[in-house]
Amino acid sequence: MAAAIKQPGWIRGALGALLAAAFGVALVYFLRKSYGLDAWQTEQTGYPQVVVPLVTAPLGFLAGFGCFDYWLRWAAGMPTIPENHDQHGAKSWKDYFRFNTDHKVIGIQYIVTTFFFFFVGGLMAMLIRAELAQPGTQIVDAATYNSLFSTHAVLMIFVFVIPVFAGIANYVLPLMIGAPDMAFPRLNALSFWMLPLAGLLFVGSFLCPGGAFDAGWTGYAPLSTGAPLGQSFFNLGVQFAGASSIATALNFLVTIITMRAPGMTFWRMPLLVWANLSTSLLVVAATPFIAGAQFMVLFDRALGTQFFQFAGGGDVISYQHIFWFYSHPAVYIMMLPGFGIISEVISTHARKPIFGYRLMALALLGIVVLSYSVWAHHMFVAGMFSWLRVPMMITTLLIAVPTGIKIFSWLGTLYFGKIHTYSTAMLFALAFIVTFTIGGISGVMLGMVPIDIHVSDTYFIVAHIHFVLFGGSVFTIFAGIYHWFPKMTGRMYDEKLGRVHFWGTVFGTWVTFIPMHWVGMDGMPRRVADYATQFGEWNLLISCGAFILGACQLVFLYNMVVSWRFGPKASANPWRANSIEWLVSSPPPIFNFDEIPRVVGGPYEFGVPGARHAIMAGEGAEVKPPEPAVAGTST
Amino acid sequence: MYGRLPIAKMLAVTVVLTAVMSVIMLVPNWDGQQASTAAPKIDELLDVMIVLSSFVFSLVMVMLVYALWKFKAKPGDESDGEPIHGNTKLEIAWTVIPTVIVLFAAAYSWSILDDIEAKAEDSLRVDVFSQQFAWSFDYPGFDNVYSQELHVPVDRQVEFKMHALDVIHSFWVPEWRIKKDNVPGITTTATVTPNKVGTYQLICTELCGFGHTTMRAKVVVEPPAKFRKWVEGLTKKTPDEYLEAIDDSNAEEDLEAVGAGGA
Repeated sequence: MAAAIKQPGWIRGALGALLAAAFGVALVYFLRKSYGLDAWQTEQTGYPQVVVPLVTAPLGFLAGFGCFDYWLRWAAGMPTIPENHDQHGAKSWKDYFRFNTDHKVIGIQYIVTTFFFFFVGGLMAMLIRAELAQPGTQIVDAATYNSLFSTHAVLMIFVFVIPVFAGIANYVLPLMIGAPDMAFPRLNALSFWMLPLAGLLFVGSFLCPGGAFDAGWTGYAPLSTGAPLGQSFFNLGVQFAGASSIATALNFLVTIITMRAPGMTFWRMPLLVWANLSTSLLVVAATPFIAGAQFMVLFDRALGTQFFQFAGGGDVISYQHIFWFYSHPAVYIMMLPGFGIISEVISTHARKPIFGYRLMALALLGIVVLSYSVWAHHMFVAGMFSWLRVPMMITTLLIAVPTGIKIFSWLGTLYFGKIHTYSTAMLFALAFIVTFTIGGISGVMLGMVPIDIHVSDTYFIVAHIHFVLFGGSVFTIFAGIYHWFPKMTGRMYDEKLGRVHFWGTVFGTWVTFIPMHWVGMDGMPRRVADYATQFGEWNLLISCGAFILGACQLVFLYNMVVSWRFGPKASANPWRANSIEWLVSSPPPIFNFDEIPRVVGGPYEFGVPGARHAIMAGEGAEVKPPEPAVAGTST
Repeated sequence: MYGRLPIAKMLAVTVVLTAVMSVIMLVPNWDGQQASTAAPKIDELLDVMIVLSSFVFSLVMVMLVYALWKFKAKPGDESDGEPIHGNTKLEIAWTVIPTVIVLFAAAYSWSILDDIEAKAEDSLRVDVFSQQFAWSFDYPGFDNVYSQELHVPVDRQVEFKMHALDVIHSFWVPEWRIKKDNVPGITTTATVTPNKVGTYQLICTELCGFGHTTMRAKVVVEPPAKFRKWVEGLTKKTPDEYLEAIDDSNAEEDLEAVGAGGA
């Protein structure tokens, strides 16, 4: 037992959490007593005896779990424990439940954790659709309903879509650039372990008096500043998810910039690497804004500051500006990594170089720049300065141009190729082009101020965001999971079940989200637990679609779990792809490369006689020597 | 090599598909009943966008379906496609043409926006108060009488000055196509010229708490004489604490002047 307390791990982690929580409670107790106040405060926005431990306990857990051991010893001048790499790699399933610094283990940890929250959030969506299947109140009351859709959105955004991309990239990206690991493996592990804590805070808010946070994922002040305790769980959960995001993005930036294999110039990077470079640029600069916004709300709630209290000189609308300055770039944070995945999948399965590779990379950077200048299109009817609307409309519509470039380039890639559709990954990639085009079109409509005045805050918005986030991001996530499943697990998944999942998901997506456009334009507002009876039939159809969609995800889950355990063994390169991760075994060796690969050409040289993307140091006699990339060529 | 593609046929199919889609999509009245002068203009913009969108969607579908039909690998074919890395002219085209289209859409939207927000000389001012979870209305031109139903005369511009008393609410009458948030601490403005007599519903569209779903009010558009009779028959005066919320110095337009550097 004593040894277990000394060793980093779950026991020391639990102990750390308990001690830190006790410290937090004691701090509140003594401070309040010394001011002559009651020890416990139970007004709905306050609860310092809960809020302070919510900060200290997760930190205590992380410290106990071992996230800071190496750094603390080093900072304190103590002899650091020599790195014997026993925190590296996974020999049994138990190693996934440790502080593990192997990017491949962390990638799997991310993906499994985020999919856990995907299913929890999906269950909430099922409850929402069950309530909305008929007009009137059947299953949950209005207050619970508000909590359900708020938590659904927050789980899907902050602990599914954003981090699952970090998980896929964590696994694939270092392999793809020929690196042995991420630049900062310990920071990488810390980033991961903050994520389940964020998810626990979000889900745990259901235990609060007054229920889970219910001001929507947008948490607009002053509704959020006056909301019950659950809102503080949201404010703090976002801090952990955000810190995790920022640290990972920094890690990706340094990894991509400094750790590419010899010969991999910027113009030889696969588009997935470009996509994660772009995403990371967005994350590091934008995420602090939502962290700040949520701290301001928390301070307004718990400390009596007046950031968003008009009676105290605060400004209500500034919350929305700060919030959307993050949350609009966030939609690209949730989309750009997917663009990268689609490029890899389509090029590989069409056996064709990406059409217009450089313009594809530049389009990503164009989106990064433009996405910082469009945030106020979420606020056309919010009562902000009305002169700001037209410039924001123009930038919003312009962002359709780089996005269109990507769609057309993927289509161009298919031409004169040899398209293979046996892989479920390719099916999702192709379907993504269609669904994302629809989401893009409705996005352009929403960007136009007069149309937006009518349809903002209606089901049209719900339809749009689900077409871009489900039909867009989640389709790319499925494509990525199927594509790299053999690499990650060393086994093949079942293509038949993959097809069932694919067709059910496509069908469910259309039946669920297309009619939402119509009821929205016709007058059904969003975020309502009940609606006019005229929308009853459409809503019943939407709910049926949603249940089909939900059921199909169970097929996916079954396929993944069973194939991981029992699937046929995968070869190193089952898709005959070009990039470096396919040069090593499936799953890759513990330190990725026994010898450092050398990059000798572009990433998508399908059909070019004798061309290779990368070679291992030992070979190379039979291939042409590396040529420096020359401007104006597409190699 | 693009000469090998039946470009003319593909374009023809795209045009036919666009026409079919547009016709089908233009038949239903998506936005519902039109009951203000702004409604047909916004719906017209929507119709133009439906045609444009049908074209973009048809183009993507034709390109995709043709590629899948023509370039699908034969079973057992393990060879690669042709090593085509791009085509500068084509890439410039699909950068420039969409830019022109979206700039056109932006200019068109801007002109419609100016049109529907043009202020009339003789508009009727109505102050709107929103709070969890009810609407009420003050008629400053009629000795500040107070009502929980919104009555307005037909064919006259109404200028709504909106005041939220607790959290943000949003004012939406779908048949008018007008929506505006009510924001605590500032006065927001929306103008509308109802042009159809009838009874409508005012819907709160900004999440405002557990009663958000039921935060509705009855809206009556009636002939001017009937409206005058109704408003003069109101006896209740707007409570003082509501009137205190009316602070025109804090109106949206003034903030706009500050924000625009006095422009």
